[in-house]
Amino acid sequence: MTNLLAARLQMAMSLGFHIIFAAIGIALPLMMCIAEACWHRTGDPIYRTLAKRWAKGAAILFAVGAVSGTVLSFELGLLWPEFMNFAGPIIGLGFGLEGFAFFTEAIFLGVYIYGWDRIPPLAHWLAGALVAASGALSGILVVSVNGWMNTPTGFDLVEGVATNINPPAALLNPAFVSEALHMTIAAYAATGLLVAGIHAIMLRKDRDNPFHRRAMGIALAVGGVAAVLQPLSGHYSAQVVAETQELKLAAMEAQFHTERRAPLRIGGLPDVGSQTTPYALEIPGGLSFLAYNDPNAEVKGLDAFPSDEHPPVAVVHVAFQIMVACGIAMAAVSLWGALAWWRTRRLPTGGAFLTAVALASPLGMIAIEAGWTVTEVGRQPWIIQGVMRTKDAVTTVPGLWWSLAAYTALYVMLGVVVVMLLLHQFRSSPRAEAPTGEGL
Amino acid sequence: MGFLTSMTPAEGVAAAMLVALIVYALLGGADYGAGVWDLLARGPRAEAQRELIAHAIGPVWEANHVWLIVVIVLLFTSFPAAFAVVMTTLHIPLSLMLIGVVLRGSAFTFRSYDATELARRRWNRVFSIPSVVTPILLGMVVGAIATGEPGRAAEAGGPVPLLSTWLRPFPIAVGLFALNIFAYLAAVYLTLETVDRELREDFRRKALVSAVTLGVVAWVVYLLARDSAPLVYEGLDRASWGAPLRYATGAMAIAAIAALALRWFALARLAAAAQVAMILWGAAAAQYPYLVPPHLDMTRGVAPPIVHKLMLIALGIGSLILVPSLIYLFRVFKGHTFQGGRRDEEGPVRPTPA
Ligand code: HDD
Ligand code: HEM
Ligand code: HEM
Repeated sequence: MTNLLAARLQMAMSLGFHIIFAAIGIALPLMMCIAEACWHRTGDPIYRTLAKRWAKGAAILFAVGAVSGTVLSFELGLLWPEFMNFAGPIIGLGFGLEGFAFFTEAIFLGVYIYGWDRIPPLAHWLAGALVAASGALSGILVVSVNGWMNTPTGFDLVEGVATNINPPAALLNPAFVSEALHMTIAAYAATGLLVAGIHAIMLRKDRDNPFHRRAMGIALAVGGVAAVLQPLSGHYSAQVVAETQELKLAAMEAQFHTERRAPLRIGGLPDVGSQTTPYALEIPGGLSFLAYNDPNAEVKGLDAFPSDEHPPVAVVHVAFQIMVACGIAMAAVSLWGALAWWRTRRLPTGGAFLTAVALASPLGMIAIEAGWTVTEVGRQPWIIQGVMRTKDAVTTVPGLWWSLAAYTALYVMLGVVVVMLLLHQFRSSPRAEAPTGEGL
Repeated sequence: MGFLTSMTPAEGVAAAMLVALIVYALLGGADYGAGVWDLLARGPRAEAQRELIAHAIGPVWEANHVWLIVVIVLLFTSFPAAFAVVMTTLHIPLSLMLIGVVLRGSAFTFRSYDATELARRRWNRVFSIPSVVTPILLGMVVGAIATGEPGRAAEAGGPVPLLSTWLRPFPIAVGLFALNIFAYLAAVYLTLETVDRELREDFRRKALVSAVTLGVVAWVVYLLARDSAPLVYEGLDRASWGAPLRYATGAMAIAAIAALALRWFALARLAAAAQVAMILWGAAAAQYPYLVPPHLDMTRGVAPPIVHKLMLIALGIGSLILVPSLIYLFRVFKGHTFQGGRRDEEGPVRPTPA
């Protein structure tokens, strides 16, 4: 067990924790704004109660999102000083602009949550819209930094030193659009379906409760549209990876050998020893078609790359399969809901549908964790693809196990408390007979 | 205005970092200071004091906190070598400080959402104790850098010393200095947050006490600096503006104490803020041109000029949005503290969480 592994695990754990709050921090404000807009348009007080209850829940999630994000900013230096020493000037612009997005988000979040009765309704709604916009922008900018790690541009490497640095070019790296698009849609899909699932569970016990019906309606609208778009954006992401990080694609698809008409493997557990992937359902030519729009295209296998540059194939492949499976399930539930709504023009609240939405609620967050595992573990052993290896970036400070243990314990405690507080709040949600009651 | 033309882009970013650090101390630091008074709340009005503190920092603590992120981002973008040295040689205090930041921020929010009285008291502890520890650690990091130990350890290479770079008298004194500054600012600000005479007197007394202890701690830090941080000590002494700055800081301190005594609280707030800004400006100017003494100055391990220029442009454009938003935030939630220093008639205006 080396210092490097402790650093990698701590970074993975910190980011895996932060991303849940980040995804909610991007999507929940949009849903709150929609609820408040519905109240302004229809005058139905339930929408106002809904916006206020979501805002109450959001306050906890934003606080933990903000502090866990601060930990990450320091951890880039505490765990990977060599990476920051090299990359700081190149990616700093992205983090600088992101800093302003955080500022706007934090300022107008304070105004939104604490200013319900202190500012005019339109100003209050605008504050919410600004939180939604700046949350999405902060996500896009930080993902651009990650995009740069996967497809480094905007500098020339001369004897290990980055020269004639061009920060805007680094910001607009080849993977930027696909990653930012895929992550932002992922945030709306995951949060939308998560919130829809929670209200679906409530609706099963209290079928015509107008509060939960409206809540699920908005959540399903946001989550559903995003969930249907996500496979398309994922496909685009896969094609960008096929061009820029062929080794990562090979790992994702457990493609051991370079071949034409490469099959798309569904499921399967890659076995590096035997260079095979047992238990996989293979669709001939599927991968060639998906990656290069030509079933006969040649797909580079892992064997085309030096073995010391291979990422952990099993982890990357399984994570990719989990993400895609979740994506397909989420899109299916969303299409089912859309069809049912289209036919009856009413929110579908059939028992089977509510169960499906309830079961699908955690899939989005699972897919996000799996997606990031694909992106980050798939890049290994590089921290900057082709430029710097992770083992050369780690800090020389000994005993990182202590830091890993401390932060893991801290985050486990935080996670438990957040879940308890939110459950407490869900239980005290307004009942059918007191729909307009403030119930706060 | 010669310095505007002679300033290199790197120095421009360093100046922006100093401004961000000063604003962080004046706003975010004061939020931590409020947590100190939350911990020390005693007597019949203890709960009322805690209530006032919660309402005072509730809507603004998250925005005030982002200034620290701005300082870190500017540091690792324009001065990556200094950032790497600080993050390596001061790993433990920074990591502990981070845990304090997480506990304080989360506990503050949990406190207003947990119904049971027992839970609220527990979260109160988890909020107020880190509010004391975090400023001390932040001060210790700044103090440690001034001693030059981290710089020397990094320059020497070899295994990273875990404790010797920061667990020393001077950094500890600077840590207590930072805690005292934040508590002092918080007490002065809180006198304007309420119209309840008794509560206002409580915080007036706390402000006066912390103003006096601030003077004592400042003097101790100054004495210790002579042999613990010679570079900074001489910087303050040899500079032509050194003496006038010290006298101006002293004048502000006396003005703040006088204003508190005469209950001109709005004036006290101005004087205290100016005093703290000058303390930080003086310390930074004394350490200039070194970011991490003794070897990392504005020229070594620094990003190329294009990076500094882009950051300055980004800062300029960004502040076009940021400054009005901040003014709006403080007008909505701190407006009541600006209407005349001593009005007693209107009921207390409480921002109510959702
Ligand atoms: C795509 C989404 C996303 C991703 C991948 C990240 N973040 Fe994040 N971050 C957000 C989306 C976000 C957010 C939605 O903007 C947050 C969450 C809650 C909030 O208030 O803002 C946030 C908060 C947040 C904050 C606190 C800002 C504040 O006080 O409001 C910091 C300093 C960071 N993040 C830094 C990082 C770093 C250094 C990351 C990577 C190593 C990172 N984030 C990954
Ligand atoms: C968007 C900005 C991000 C940045 C700048 C970033 C940066 C980093 C860095 C510096 C490392 C350590 C070096 C390495 O292992 O390659 C890392 C590893 C990792 N990150 Fe990211 N990351 C980002 C997003 C995320 C998110 C949101 C997750 C959420 C799950 C994530 C998951 C991981 C994992 C699992 C590892 C460990 C990979 C390994 O070492 O095997 N990353 N990331
Ligand atoms: C259904 C089909 C999907 C496909 C084909 C797909 C494909 C991909 C690919 C190829 C990557 C790696 C991109 C890179 O490393 O640059 C990726 C990453 C990712 N995926 Fe998916 N994905 C799908 C569904 C989903 C869903 C449903 C979610 C979440 C709700 C999701 C969330 C993510 C995230 C968060 C990342 C890492 C961030 C990024 O690289 O953008 N994906 N996906």
